[in-house]
Amino acid sequence: MNMGLSHTFSKILTNLFHKKTSRIGIYGPPNAGKTTLANRIAHEWSDGSLGTVSEIPHETRRALRSENITITGANGRAITIDIVDTPGVTTKIDYNEFIEYGIEKEDAINRAREATEGVAEAMHWLREDIDGVIYMIDATADPFAQVNIMMIGIIESRRLPVVIAANKTDLPDASPQRIRSAFPQHPVVPISCLIGTKVEDLYEEMVRTFR
Amino acid sequence: MTMEGVRIDLISEERLSRMPAMEKIRLILDRVREGTIVILESGLSPEEQSSLIEMTMQEILPDGFSGIEIESYPSKQKSGMFSRLVRGENEYRRLTVIGPANQLKMIRRDRDLISAWISSR
Repeated sequence: MNMGLSHTFSKILTNLFHKKTSRIGIYGPPNAGKTTLANRIAHEWSDGSLGTVSEIPHETRRALRSENITITGANGRAITIDIVDTPGVTTKIDYNEFIEYGIEKEDAINRAREATEGVAEAMHWLREDIDGVIYMIDATADPFAQVNIMMIGIIESRRLPVVIAANKTDLPDASPQRIRSAFPQHPVVPISCLIGTKVEDLYEEMVRTFR
Repeated sequence: MTMEGVRIDLISEERLSRMPAMEKIRLILDRVREGTIVILESGLSPEEQSSLIEMTMQEILPDGFSGIEIESYPSKQKSGMFSRLVRGENEYRRLTVIGPANQLKMIRRDRDLISAWISSR
């Protein structure tokens, strides 16, 4: 009886004083640079990498998680988070698209099947297990793409804090301003994950938004 | 006389409001898989859109259904204090066009214009 009481008491104390680590999902359409960012965060703030990067869409087909990453802002304020790199969200997947990249038919079919499972899983994560979102948009692409409009709407309806990363600013056609005008209600940080330009601004915004 | 072309179903806001979420999504996917273009007068809630993406992924098959194309306008916030306070009631649901990915192609989309090309199978 005493043991039971002491267990309950210690659980109450734990719930009162132990803040759960937030799970931050990196979401966005395929090929926006999600895994490049996840790898950069894991590399710069912990000691590993999460996934393989490729120009073929749907390289990431399972949500990959890196735990207990502490990011410190310029003023010394820090957040400890789990980063979840998710498969690119889309409403359509055709295996023939992978054949165009030189993948054999059987592998392309498997890749398409894994990609569909991965997208369904990513949507499920968003509904159940995510506390905040870094939404990645390729700054050379149309920010009004339906998948962006739907995903931002879904994230807003779940009242999740969100930072929009306008990626690929190293490319000549990049226009982070287009993304700002499409989603003026959210912080937009222009970055190049590949080169590392302005990623420190993203870390600052993450500390501010996800604290 | 048989008529060739594409079937378009326009579903009214009134009818949509009577349907539970899963029934709505089932109706959309069943019709789109048959090659029908579905136009919803009042669109889907974000929660319904999330379920639609998930269920669409589960129904994709090699050499069969390859997914959906969906187009709508960006959401518009309601301005009233009460609607802002009530969760899920803070935005208008807007007209939405949904079709098979291999038949419906977006030509141009803006804040206030959607232009799409529909082809027969």
